[in-house]
Parts: sequence; structure tokens; C-alpha cells
Amino acid sequence: MSDLNKLGLAEARDALRKGDTTSVELTEACLKAIDAADALNAFVHKTPDIAMERAKAADDRIKAGDAPSMCGLPIGIKDLFCTKGVPSQAASKILEGFKPEYESTVSQKLADAGSVMLGKLNMDEFAMGSSNETSVYGNAVSPWRRGNDEAQLTPGGSSGGSASAVAADLCLAATGTDTGGSIRQPAAFTGTVGIKPTYGRCSRWGIVAFASSLDQAGPMTKSVRDAAIMLEAMCGHDPKDSTSAELAVPDFEAMLTGDIRGKKIGIPKEYRMDGMPEEISKLWADGAEMLKAAGAEIVDISLPHTKYALPAYYVIAPAEASSNLARYDGVRYGRRAALEAGDGITEMYEKTRAEGFGHEVQRRVMVGTYVLSAGFYDAYYNRARRVRTLIKKDFEDAFAAGVDAILTPATPSAAFGLGEMTEADPVQMYLNDVFTVTVNLAGLPGVAVPAGLDSQGLPLGLQLIGKPWEEGDLLNTAYALENAAGFVAKPQQWW
Amino acid sequence: MSIDQSTAAKVAKLARIKVEDDALPALADEFNNILGFIEQLNEVDVEGVEPMTSVTPQRLKRRVDEVTDGNQQDKVLANAPDAREGFFAVPKVVE
Repeated sequence: MSDLNKLGLAEARDALRKGDTTSVELTEACLKAIDAADALNAFVHKTPDIAMERAKAADDRIKAGDAPSMCGLPIGIKDLFCTKGVPSQAASKILEGFKPEYESTVSQKLADAGSVMLGKLNMDEFAMGSSNETSVYGNAVSPWRRGNDEAQLTPGGSSGGSASAVAADLCLAATGTDTGGSIRQPAAFTGTVGIKPTYGRCSRWGIVAFASSLDQAGPMTKSVRDAAIMLEAMCGHDPKDSTSAELAVPDFEAMLTGDIRGKKIGIPKEYRMDGMPEEISKLWADGAEMLKAAGAEIVDISLPHTKYALPAYYVIAPAEASSNLARYDGVRYGRRAALEAGDGITEMYEKTRAEGFGHEVQRRVMVGTYVLSAGFYDAYYNRARRVRTLIKKDFEDAFAAGVDAILTPATPSAAFGLGEMTEADPVQMYLNDVFTVTVNLAGLPGVAVPAGLDSQGLPLGLQLIGKPWEEGDLLNTAYALENAAGFVAKPQQWW
Repeated sequence: MSIDQSTAAKVAKLARIKVEDDALPALADEFNNILGFIEQLNEVDVEGVEPMTSVTPQRLKRRVDEVTDGNQQDKVLANAPDAREGFFAVPKVVE
């Protein structure tokens, strides 16, 4: 078989079980593709030795007839996941040299399912960003280009390295994490599939924390079927995360029938933003038509507090971040700033954090500190948490009225150029998350599905939002949309 | 609500991030920009609405208060920038 790295998880799994290829061959093909793709800056710590060791072990298990669900499948891991003995820096200078003595629950589950780790993937620093431009490793680059224009485009963020690597066929799939859209926005920008499950589905243990009440891990893959396979391997109850749900994990792949007859799909009018590009509104309307043609009923719904989701998020997420990032003190792990004679412990903290955190992270930590400070806690933080209750209630009302899933655009535009937003104020960059952030605030599952190309040949995605714990049903609707949209475009190799 | 330079300096101090004096005006501007965006929340009627603590209604689980782990001093210290004689080392804190 040729071009093994271009396979998806399901195809590769089936080929392995039939004996058409081996995990060692698959892994070698990916490692070769990775080494030829340094221009994308997607893999920032390569782990070929671990990969080959796991691939050989997987081949032995397959031969012995003892192959778990992802046996022998090579994947990439976002740098936010702690991986034992392998640098895990959250793309930050402050974690330079950090090699965890333990493995995150999600990456351990993926290893237990037989998957092969190829290395660690680029991202925005501490997952704070929408373009992968805040990384200490430098920008991750999208494999996509605007026609023949050589301008480098963003793969999105924060899971930019994951999106770039999957779209460029450097790995079969990758892990991502999503606090405000960090799986779904990069998936939409790169023509890949990304699902953020219900809050509590995946254990957060061992994942570097950004905003604990919003963070969730999820898969980034080449198809909806692959997302179902990988999500199942990632999720499940974990006693080490007190917010992890004690619920059985269904066989998500078995739920992909493509039959969505009689399902009610809501179209929220508040997502029709002023100045929405024509291409995005057409894509959205086309998506609704496709679901209707597949037998679903399309209904107009209202989610009245949508407008307040982004400002509420930019109180809650920085507040939680300022608390979570207080642990980076230059004492227990990572990097400590060089001190001058006479410097005390306060200077050590202040210099370490000034040197170790990038600009965007510093800004969010300080905004969080401010909204939590005496005198402002009620006016900002508590008010935002009240608005969050209302945002969640909007969705509950829609679901109570019989809606099974909600269809929206995934992003307000196609991918933009790296550097194009440098001069914009931070709020402009935050607007990237306008369609995705509501889902984190409400704790719901959301999936981005590639649905078309814009006039410049760049991928555009649609988002489906589901009911809590109903990822299986949501993935089935996504599967029907994927079938109808028939998105097959791939970036032309220039790297 | 507008943030001046002295408030920006105070926030930086609380966050334990060193900010040079000449960077304070730009920092104050950034705060004001972001807080201006957040001010929209004042339009929402939140009378009688409970602030959300957990997105899924669940009671945090309890476990027996017992030692389940330990004897990992080397691992705990393995990533410290400065560890000596089995301890984390920091600059003198006596004032």
C-alpha cells in the first residue's frame, strides 16, 4: 500500500486487521511525512523511538488476535497533554525543560487502546489564542493556501498544530483541547473534523489547565467515523478528575447510521451576525438544506443571550486562568528567571512570570486577577457567572421544545493569514470564537464538519451542537451532513 | 470603569508579573479595551439568577481520607529549577 499516512483511522484499522499493512509501516510513513514537513512547524517534539516501540508492540498484539480499538494507529498529541518523560510545555517558555513524571489520563487511555504516539503538537501558549501565533515554538502553519498565493495562513488555534498535522496527513488523527473553540475553529480552518464532547466526558487529569470549568479534550480527525472511534477511546470516568462523569461510554461508531429522519434541527437566529460574509451564510443555508433533504425537520429557534457569551467568557476564562496559572512560580517545575544579588522571593516570582509568560498569557492572567480582585468580584465575575446560567438556559429551553441538534457556522470567516491580525486589538481576535464559545459555557457537545470551500479555495466548516451526553446522536447527524456535503478537498503539497 | 496606570501597576503586582513603568500606559489601554467589551454584560437583567458554579448539576464526589500514594520525593523534585538535599530551594525569605 502506498501513502499510508494519508489513511484515516477506520481505513487503517481495517487494513491492519486484514493484514494488508503493519503498524510499523504506517508509523514509518507518518514519521517520514513529519520529517518532510518542518515548514508547517506542527510537530514540535518528535518521538520516533516511542512510536516505533509502540508500533512493534501493536503488530504483536494484532498478530496475537488481541487488538484493542486503536491498535497500531499513529497519532499526534497536543503539547497541552502531559506525557511521561516527553517534553510537555503547553507551548510556553515557563515550562521549558519540563518532562512530566506521569501520563495524562486521556493520552494513557489512547496508549491503552493501542495507538502510537508520533510526537507533541504545536498550539497557542496555554491554549490562549485563535491562530497559533502565541506559541513559544513559533507559528504553526496551515497546509492550505489561497490558490497560488504563497502567503502563510493560520491553521487556527489553539489546537493549530493538531489541525495542521491532520490536514497535511502527518498523522492519522490528533488530540486537541477546547476551552472556547480551540478544537472546532482549527478543524473548520483546515477541512478536518473536530468534536468537543460534553463537559465531564473526558478526564482533565494531566492536561495543563487553562479554565477548568470550560476545558475539554477531544479528537481531531479526517472523518466523522474517525472522530467516533477516537472519542470513544478518549472518554470515560476517571476518579482522578472530580468533574469526570460516571457514565457508561456508548459505542459511538455503531451509532453512525446516517439516518436522521424525523430529527429536529434548530437554526438560531442570533447567530446571523451583522456583516456575516455571504459565503458563510450560504454555507449555513446549504447545510440546513442538506439535513432537510436527509429527512430532518428544520426549525427556527432563538438563543436570546448569545450576544453576551463572548464577554462572559472573557471574564470567566481569564479568572480561572489567573488562578490556575498561579502555580507557575519558578519553584516546582519549569524555568526560573536569573536573579540578581539581593533579589528575594517576590522578585523571583515577578521576574520568572514576566519572562516565562508571553504577552497574551500575561494579559489574560492580569485581566483575570482584576475581575477577581476585591471590589470587582461581584460586578464582573459573579455577573458573568449569572449570564452563563442564562446562556445555558437558552439551550435547555431549545432542547425542551424538541430540538435534537443545532446547526451554526463554525467560524465567522475562512482562515486568515499569519500576521494579518497583529495590528488588530485583542477583542478582534476573540471574535473568532463567537459561534463556538456558547457551547463551552453551556457544557454541551459540539462538532465542526467541513462543508465547503470559499472562493479562494479555503475550507469552511459548519458546527452542530448536541444535547448533553448525546455525542453518539450528534456524531450521527454530523455523519449525515458529512455524507451530504461530500467534502473531499485536500491541500496541495507545497512544503 | 476606567483603569489608570496606578491600577494597572497594582494588578500586575497582584498577579506577580513584573511590568516596567514605561509599559504601564499601554497595559492600561489594553485593560480598558477589554473591560469596555465586557461592560456589555451590564445590559443583561440578572435579577434572581444564580451564578453558575458547575455546568453539570453534580455533587462533588467524596472519598475516604487516607494515604494512597507517597514516597516519590525524587519524582516530585525531578523538574525543580533548583532542588537541594531533597528540598525545593528558593531565595532567602527572611526579612
